[in-house]
Amino acid sequence: MEYAVSVKNISKSFDETKAVDDISFDVKHGELFGFIGPDGAGKTTLFRMLTTLLLPGSGSAVVDGFDIVKDYKKIRSSVGYMPGRFSLYQDLSVEENLKFFARVFGTTIEKNYDLIKDIYIMLEPFNKRRAGQLSGGMKQKLALSCALIHRPDVLFLDEPTTGVDPVSRNEFWEMLGKLKNEGITILVSTPYMDEASKCDRIALMQKGKILDIGFLRDIIGKYGKKIYAVRSDNMHKLILDIRSDENTESVYSFGDFLHYTDKHGGIDIERMKNILMSEGHTNLTIQEINPGIEDCFMSLMNK
Amino acid sequence: MNRFLNFVWKEFLHIVRDYRTLLILFGMPIAQVLLFGFAITNEIKDAKIAILDFAKDNNTQEISNKLLSSGYFLLYENLQSQNDIEPAFRKGIIKEVIIFEPDFGKNIERTGTANVQIVADASDPNFANMLIGYTSSIIMDYQAELSKGKTLPPMINPEIKMRFNPNLKSVFMFVPGLMSVILLLVSALMTSISITKEKELGTMEILLVSPLNPFQIIVGKVIPYLLLALVNSAAVLILSKYVFEVPTVGSLPLLIAECTLFLVTALSLGILISTVSNNQQTAMMISLGALMLPTIILSGYIFPVENMPLPLQLLSNTIPAKWFIRIVKGIMLKGVTFSYIWQETLILAGMTVFFITVSIKKFKIRLE
Repeated sequence: MEYAVSVKNISKSFDETKAVDDISFDVKHGELFGFIGPDGAGKTTLFRMLTTLLLPGSGSAVVDGFDIVKDYKKIRSSVGYMPGRFSLYQDLSVEENLKFFARVFGTTIEKNYDLIKDIYIMLEPFNKRRAGQLSGGMKQKLALSCALIHRPDVLFLDEPTTGVDPVSRNEFWEMLGKLKNEGITILVSTPYMDEASKCDRIALMQKGKILDIGFLRDIIGKYGKKIYAVRSDNMHKLILDIRSDENTESVYSFGDFLHYTDKHGGIDIERMKNILMSEGHTNLTIQEINPGIEDCFMSLMNK
Repeated sequence: MNRFLNFVWKEFLHIVRDYRTLLILFGMPIAQVLLFGFAITNEIKDAKIAILDFAKDNNTQEISNKLLSSGYFLLYENLQSQNDIEPAFRKGIIKEVIIFEPDFGKNIERTGTANVQIVADASDPNFANMLIGYTSSIIMDYQAELSKGKTLPPMINPEIKMRFNPNLKSVFMFVPGLMSVILLLVSALMTSISITKEKELGTMEILLVSPLNPFQIIVGKVIPYLLLALVNSAAVLILSKYVFEVPTVGSLPLLIAECTLFLVTALSLGILISTVSNNQQTAMMISLGALMLPTIILSGYIFPVENMPLPLQLLSNTIPAKWFIRIVKGIMLKGVTFSYIWQETLILAGMTVFFITVSIKKFKIRLE
């Protein structure tokens, strides 16, 4: 089998809503593949179909060499899955949770200790503590350990870093990097655009569709427009003024700046400065910047 | 097998960790037995009665003494005429009036037959039943004493008057009823809640994406509660025997076997409920609303089924507890053997097979 995960024209609707709309993609063995998109993009539904929890409405998919409908039992034994919501037993201790999941998969903690060592070593001081009393970051580490304990071939992580502090998020991605080196294929979803750079390849998702798929640098490389960062003392007036200009293609606030593109593939920065200053803006800065993944996403979304 | 035992162990940990529920599970049966038991047994001691004795001879005196020395009855007043009966009841103090016919003793001597009328205040039908039961058995006792060494045994006819509850039943029936309600509660309610809890917490997602099959998940959930409920039934039996002196006349192993059967029935019902409900609240509502109440009301636990209108009597046949109560009554109080209760046993077994088949068919191997 060529790919670890191979998805062809998969769709899923709930009543009238198309949660996943005709998606196709392939994930290579040992790849760290990220699905990036806001809430409601269809990431969870996609993951649930690939982990055999939901039947696809149409289309097909092969995970680890098994069909997700026919061979669902085999997939269930060979993949690891970490749902978006913390889903361990809160009334069991750290150790009991881990032991339970190890035995469910017919293995022991000792057998696969080397795989989870780096993660588990941070949890071991809290071995006897109930899972419900752990901090958010610790919970994620425990959930990851439990999903890994049977050394799965493919690992599905549904929004593992949502609601986790930035330091723990970084640690978490470092751990995923190490797991990748162990040869585990990892599919991870996240609403955080900045995490795109941690993945090998990414798929940008919106309203059940994949907007773009590929290496981060290629997706950004395709952007092909000049983009400017603008700020002044009165940001609210600034965005209204720029939006009302007929040359404006898009403007949206991004951190302390507005990101601006025009309809003609570039602007005269001095001329725009003069116009805006004549409209009463002070402390004005305009500079051309390199587009980021967010800019790509906004641009793809508006197409 | 190791995988399965692991699952059972996990369930045990859940139960033990949730000590509040554990306390309720074990505390409730004991509290209920004590409450029901004492509420009934305390009152039968020193029940206030009145006697209207038209005969005033040796025989009526002896019967009166026998009644009053039994410890169950306390003489509140001696009535003089028929007209005193109504006002005496109206005061609400006396619960029973015993009326001996004129020439009671002479009638025994001459004709061998005498009449005594027992009138009970039936506003509390269960209690009235119990009073009548005690009174008549004491009179029967006396009759038996009189009969000794006589070729023509004398007859004392107790004529019973009660407006609401014509059946004369023993009230110690509360033990079988209570047992069925407790077993049903622990088994059905707790299993259905524990399965829906996994759905609600999202852990069912992880369990499904694992080599565990539905059978292992379901049976793994059931076993800890089965053991728990068996301990509970033992507690009820021990309490009823040593605190309320309700003995088990029949075979104890048979009783335990029947209890286990009923437990499995209740557990399979619990699983059925969990397959149709998505969260703990729904499961609880169904268990309480659709299971507990019909069980209490229609099983004959509190209200005799025989007195119900025909549609309700027919409906009561679908209540598993009804059959179980019959079985337990038979074994505990009458000491019957299996040959007397095989039909009830068969009905329960059939219901169990039905519930399990439907639950396995309805168990969702996916999230939808």
